[in-house]
Amino acid sequence: MTDTKTIEFSATTKALVDRILKRYPEGRQKSALLPLLHLAQAEFGGWLSVPTMDYVASVLNIKPIEVYEVASFYTMYNLNPVGKCLIEVCRTGPCMLRGANDIIEHIENKLGIKEGETTADGKFTLKTVECLGSCGTAPMLQCGADYYENLTNEKVDKLIEKWNSINDHSTYMRSNRVEL
Amino acid sequence: MAKVTIDGIEIEVPDGTSILNAARMIGGDVVPPAMCYYSTLKETGGKCRVCLVKVTQGSAKDPRPMPKLVASCRTNVMDGMVVQNITSPEVLEARKGVVEFLLINHPLDCPICDQAGECDLQNLAYEHGAAKTRYEEDRRTFEKIDIGDKIKLHMNRCILCYRCTFVADQLTNNRVHGVLNRGDHSEISTYIEKAVDNDFSGNMIDVCPVGALTDKTFRFKQRVWFTNPMDAHRDCPKCSGKVVLWMKGEEVLRVTARKDQYAEVKEYICNECRYDHKDITHWKVEGPRHIDRGSVISQNHYERIDLQKLKKEVERQLEFQKGKPLPEPNSLNA
Amino acid sequence: MARKLLLQHENVPGINTFEVYRKNGGYASVEKALKSMTPDEVMEEVKKSGLRGRGGAGFPAGMKWSFLDRKSEKPRYLVCNADESEPGTFKDRYLMEKIPHLLIEGMITSSYSLGANTSYIYVRGEYMYVISILEKAIEEAYAAGFLGKNILGTSYSLDLYVQPGGGAYICGEETALLESLEGKRGNPRLKPPFPAIAGLYASPTVVNNVETIAAVVPIVNQGGDEYAKIGVGKSTGTKLISASGHINKPGVYEIELGLPVEEFIYSEEYCGGIWKGRKMKAVVAGGSSVPILPTDLILKTAKGEQRLMTYESLSDGGFVSGTMLGSGGFIVLDETACIVQHLHTFARFYHHESCGQCSPCREGTGWMEKVIHRIEHGHGHQGDIDLLVDVAKKIEGNTICPLGDAAAWPVASAIRHFREEFEYHIKYPEKVKNPKHFELEPFVSEKSLVTA
Ligand SMILES: Cc1cc2nc3c(=O)[nH]c(=O)nc-3n(C[C@H](O)[C@H](O)[C@H](O)COP(=O)(O)O)c2cc1C
Ligand code: SF4
Ligand code: SF4
Ligand code: FES
Ligand code: FES
Repeated sequence: MTDTKTIEFSATTKALVDRILKRYPEGRQKSALLPLLHLAQAEFGGWLSVPTMDYVASVLNIKPIEVYEVASFYTMYNLNPVGKCLIEVCRTGPCMLRGANDIIEHIENKLGIKEGETTADGKFTLKTVECLGSCGTAPMLQCGADYYENLTNEKVDKLIEKWNSINDHSTYMRSNRVEL
Repeated sequence: MAKVTIDGIEIEVPDGTSILNAARMIGGDVVPPAMCYYSTLKETGGKCRVCLVKVTQGSAKDPRPMPKLVASCRTNVMDGMVVQNITSPEVLEARKGVVEFLLINHPLDCPICDQAGECDLQNLAYEHGAAKTRYEEDRRTFEKIDIGDKIKLHMNRCILCYRCTFVADQLTNNRVHGVLNRGDHSEISTYIEKAVDNDFSGNMIDVCPVGALTDKTFRFKQRVWFTNPMDAHRDCPKCSGKVVLWMKGEEVLRVTARKDQYAEVKEYICNECRYDHKDITHWKVEGPRHIDRGSVISQNHYERIDLQKLKKEVERQLEFQKGKPLPEPNSLNA
Repeated sequence: MARKLLLQHENVPGINTFEVYRKNGGYASVEKALKSMTPDEVMEEVKKSGLRGRGGAGFPAGMKWSFLDRKSEKPRYLVCNADESEPGTFKDRYLMEKIPHLLIEGMITSSYSLGANTSYIYVRGEYMYVISILEKAIEEAYAAGFLGKNILGTSYSLDLYVQPGGGAYICGEETALLESLEGKRGNPRLKPPFPAIAGLYASPTVVNNVETIAAVVPIVNQGGDEYAKIGVGKSTGTKLISASGHINKPGVYEIELGLPVEEFIYSEEYCGGIWKGRKMKAVVAGGSSVPILPTDLILKTAKGEQRLMTYESLSDGGFVSGTMLGSGGFIVLDETACIVQHLHTFARFYHHESCGQCSPCREGTGWMEKVIHRIEHGHGHQGDIDLLVDVAKKIEGNTICPLGDAAAWPVASAIRHFREEFEYHIKYPEKVKNPKHFELEPFVSEKSLVTA
């Protein structure tokens, strides 16, 4: 087992974890795995390292492989480091019909990276994702917990400008809404 | 008890028997192939879809046909059920499709594969595969890895039957490998460098239907069909001690558990028997092992199985069915 | 104006708070059910209403409830399916975001009827901000005594929790959802056993879509018979439609089932017609999984009857000339859209979302995506179209869960109705180099090149 001593949830998160564990019947604490992985990812740098996953396994008293299997199945868990600001643009049919490809291309040009890459300063990662349930307000992107909809190149420019000026950026799961 | 008819042959089986096992009780050509189901591992089956059959009558009580082909390994018989396997062209067509799916990303490296000659996929492909691949894209590739010092994982060959993970769950107390990622990126792995080390872990090799998990202590030593299988046993405190020794002259090249005619192990063996007793003097040899399953070892090496016979049977049944159009597999208004 | 049963208060300021929701008649169904009805009486109303599952399959909700194993000693669960990931579908998000208490009210009334004392709402992880909205609303409901021990002083108690997913369309399939809720990979289970017998934690479980559960509220309030008066035949009540694509007014609309498709597309009350004054080419009427139909077949059935927004009318003609109401994800494509390009995004989606458990779907979805991709980019060859048809056919019906079918149908239907566009891509690779080829020159004017 990897050393997990250095990784530990904060006191507030621990209290939340205790509350989450009570949602499930006795002996079914593994049910908390998905919520806990979200908390761990938010708290430990926006991605899940092996020690982080091993720590979650120890909290739930399950085998590490059970965590790896689950973490690698779901797309929201990053198994590699990502930029501080993770931009996820929807590329599926309805968004594509309303210009998602142009938006993706625009962001790529703007940041000088391709889809799937991170800027050299580690600030931005651009990902394309499948339908986020916002097709009526396409094209759209998600950053942290926030949806940005009815995108235009101008809106994207403004967003990136604002994000650039924010220094603390661990946006995963949190709302950090930038008003346009 | 339930009475079930499979390809026109009637048999009575205990309630709760799967169609596949009922067919196995009849034996012969009506037995569907199985790549993921494994009778001695709980919860296996349902995944590979090569065992699909057609249920033309659900039961005596509810004679309606089942709307889709069903996985015979995980569908239980009902009294009065009527099943078609090789007598259904629809089943044979679907099975051909499944075999093709299993092969599109398979490396087809049989000439250098340890499993060649005793590979269930190879056998299946001979029986049901098309001669030419329609897949033009690059095949999926993975790095070969060691899982432990005795087992080599050649992920390119894996068909994701999940059997090895059930072995780890059911025969050992600490599963360290599993299925990672999803879809066609799924792979068997330990994720981190980790040895699979447990008294019964070696059984993963025996349950693997293809050459994805192989015994490193045997790799490349010999093609199986040049070896001589002998039943043997020893007193073992951990397992039954009943094995097959794969010999060349006096030399024990490999030790495996005994497989039945469906290539299934009924009595698992421990790692000590498998790896640490490659010496004929450690064993009481019972005599040559009769390999009677469809493997090429028993089929005069690379000879085809009797396709001609199969075809005739299908034609006979088709004749019988004449005039009855086959229903569409899926009808929206059903 | 059409009657609205779910969204009638959508524009009331503060309707997302308990206070305003309650003032507008909220939680009346809980009071009525718990104080004056037995659990079975509630179920009877749901049966009478003819309500069909709004998650896609359209299975009668009352009948599903009646299958729940009530003899089992084990606890029973109601699990709400808020995984909403079918491309083109966003009605559940809208409802949960705008009127979270409607879902919570529906959960309480339904859980009471089913005898569940613990219920979960499984929400796709990406809807993280919606989860916060729901959790806040649940807190309010606890504070007001509508959740927790002895609700409204009765002997009925209920705990309600929100569970986040982790990003996987397949977790919308009900047994995959249950696996995921148990903290596992979202691999669909083999059925039987069905969730009604052995679902969450191997206990009797009902899984229903957000909209289905929300619809229980008006059904209990006004009675099942009253609800059943809306609609046509076996398509009763109202339905939320998510409208997207090349229309003037994309968004979520509550319609009375039975509305003519043409009216839905062209009236100002709904989609407001095709954008930019263009012509319509095709519609995907019920979310990405259902067959795509060309204009003539979406407006009228093959028999020439007006097509209605009902389960039956949309599927009239079967796979040859019909489609499905599905989840109500209504995607409109105008004349400049490229069917092949559009299909490729769906094929990529299903390839991306296959759980990988069974071989036809695991291998077949990737194969189809690759072939469509090469056709789209002008590298296809003769034979590819038939290959696609054949691969789709070999996936369909042969998999563990319906995702395989869902991946096959769009491909099969696109080729059935728009074969010439595929042929055009293969015959004129240089003309499709520009991804916006049909914006420059709509296919109608190019069609003769492949049909002549
Ligand atoms: C691949 C797949 C994805 C699905 N996704 C959803 C979904 O996101 N939301 C949903 O309510 N039902 C979804 N379903 C349908 C569910 O399996 C199930 O039928 C539904 O939740 C039952 O609720 P209902 O009867 O109220 O519609 C999906 C089914 C499949 C096969
Ligand atoms: S490695 Fe072998 S036993 Fe394990 S899943 Fe793959 S094919 Fe099956
Ligand atoms: S059909 Fe696809 S998604 Fe469904 S179980 Fe099989 S592989 Fe998984
Ligand atoms: S297609 Fe982009 S949000 Fe649905
Ligand atoms: S053996 Fe039945 S599905 Fe694999």
